[in-house]
Amino acid sequence: MYRVLSRIEEAVAGEVSSASTPSAFPPASLVVSVPGPRRMSGPGPRDPPRFAVTRAGADATLKLTGAWTTQNLTAAVAAPERAVPSDAVRVRVDISGLTALDTAGAWLVTRTLRHLRKAGHAVELVGSGAAAASLIETVARSDVPVPPPPPPDNPLVAIVVRIGRASVFIAREARDLINFLGLTVIVLGRLGLRPWRLRFTALVSHMERAGLNALPIVGLIAFLIGVVLAYQGADQLARFGAQIFTVNLVGIGVLREMGILLTAIMVAGRSGSAFTAQIGTMAVNEEIDAMRTIGLDPMEVLVAPRVIALVLVMPLLTFYADLMGLLGGAVMATAVLDISFVRFARQLSEAVTMWSFWVGIIKAPLFGFIIAMIGCYEGLKVARNAESVGRQTTRAVVEAVFLVIVLDALFSILFSVLGI
Amino acid sequence: MTESGTTAHRDEQAIIRISGLVTRFGANVIHDGLDLTVRPREVIGIVGASGSGKSVLLRAIIGLIRPAAGRIEVFGRDIRALDARERQALRQRWAMLFQDGALFSSLTVAQNIEVPLIEHTRIPPPLRRELAALKVALAGLPPEAAHKYPAELSGGMRKRAGLARALALDPEILFLDEPTAGLDPIGAARFDALIAELRRTLALTVVMVTHDLDSLYAICDRVAVLIDKRVKVGTIESLLREPDPWIREYFLGPRGRAARQAAARARGEHANEG
Repeated sequence: MYRVLSRIEEAVAGEVSSASTPSAFPPASLVVSVPGPRRMSGPGPRDPPRFAVTRAGADATLKLTGAWTTQNLTAAVAAPERAVPSDAVRVRVDISGLTALDTAGAWLVTRTLRHLRKAGHAVELVGSGAAAASLIETVARSDVPVPPPPPPDNPLVAIVVRIGRASVFIAREARDLINFLGLTVIVLGRLGLRPWRLRFTALVSHMERAGLNALPIVGLIAFLIGVVLAYQGADQLARFGAQIFTVNLVGIGVLREMGILLTAIMVAGRSGSAFTAQIGTMAVNEEIDAMRTIGLDPMEVLVAPRVIALVLVMPLLTFYADLMGLLGGAVMATAVLDISFVRFARQLSEAVTMWSFWVGIIKAPLFGFIIAMIGCYEGLKVARNAESVGRQTTRAVVEAVFLVIVLDALFSILFSVLGI
Repeated sequence: MTESGTTAHRDEQAIIRISGLVTRFGANVIHDGLDLTVRPREVIGIVGASGSGKSVLLRAIIGLIRPAAGRIEVFGRDIRALDARERQALRQRWAMLFQDGALFSSLTVAQNIEVPLIEHTRIPPPLRRELAALKVALAGLPPEAAHKYPAELSGGMRKRAGLARALALDPEILFLDEPTAGLDPIGAARFDALIAELRRTLALTVVMVTHDLDSLYAICDRVAVLIDKRVKVGTIESLLREPDPWIREYFLGPRGRAARQAAARARGEHANEG
């Protein structure tokens, strides 16, 4: 487009500015006119930036007009030097017609001069007032070569690098978690020897927040899962006329697996993430460093009460979830299968043993320990920026849920080997 | 209208004109009938005791806080009477440097600077990247800082990067919230020099909240002192004639005197050089 412009203007004899080019040509390609964001006052910086080239023998003049400001610059005026015929010996860049110039415009002028010089022209800048000259000088002084941004890697290499990084990261994370597990056990052991050092206020507060306040949501979810189990079970078992065994399904399912798993996932989402966010925000705020400086051990002050709170609260929540799950199953059985509460209870007592209940409950303190430990660990790993809090919180929930399910699978294998 | 209000209005040269400003948080009144005029191309320092509402004043001017009463005119327009589009246009004519830079932590310095350029201009990407590099250089950062993330920079560099982003759209007014807080004296002096230099070359109006007496002496044309929920404005010399004990202690206390002597020495050296 620029070449077209310059050729046209060479053809039109004498001083021709782009504003007065023959209208036979579509104006859009000649006159750069952008209604940039409106300025509310000030000396008309709204008039669009333009440039035009005139030739006189071996000399060419590049005349810039209009407001060359950040708001007005567009791709159309980004490279005025291309409009200058390459056989011109001397090029005068005339900026006397500018109505406004800011650093962006001054930069463009500087860049144009540099490009023209590089192309072998003898370049001269004319028509700059004192203000424009000082601005251009300032900008030119700041014209330091910038190292290019690191190039994006070869995608194949990038994939390998990412896999490698992730593997190393996972290995490190596992090692650090085991380290942290050791630290936690040591702190808990120390507290066992000196129980008066445990912060009881914090412990009770965490028990309330992680346990008592979780009752509504854990109860509701467990109830609904009971309903779902009963309904799906009834649907399948009815084909064999064995609807009554729905009770066995609900009883075993809820007591052994569903109650504890749902509770663990809910607690990981509610409290594990909260631990990370609380401790992480403290880390951002340098509170952890302050604690260490004062001589308080964050493991003892922050981690121990949270871990103990979840270890104590998880079995209770699981017990509650078991009850609500069975209740949901019973309600469903009554409503759809015409199995009364009494029959449900009788069938249940035949179907489940005390061990079914204990298999679920035994896992609860361990899961609570894992969730609290990972929540605290990720919180302490937060770096001093806001983004990091979010990242670690996500990681805490994902890792906690992952570990809980892996452990649950291991428990299943263990129990089946033991024949429970 | 109060008497000081009328004098403010007689002053025709005003880029920001605040009259009768009242701000309050609940029952806590921060400013009560505050008048202040900022002239084009001056550097005005806002000082005051901790909690006297310096930052609140800045935030009220740029519209982050809604005043309870009063009128704030910027470029001759009442900022409360603007519609959304006009306010958007106004935002491109001023910029603020927050205390710790307030850089977007997920973007590199160069990307931070490009954010306002992408949002508000039609500059093509290659030129935009060059402009970002230019602002990095103007703010006195080394070129390689452009591709670093804010977390990888020191406090002083983060401030400069914040300044580079503030300069992205070539604002006419620059608001600075404690620009030299947390910098070492050498870094602070360099930052002052940078502000003075940018003010000169880019024809900026600078409104800065500061506690740094050296900054006040080095680069401020006038100083606005927040006292009793209002401001007293003037050059440091004229403020020294005020009977107010807080102002006297502020400028004539041990730190104030030291800063004054340092400024006088600097001026003397400057005169010798010239």
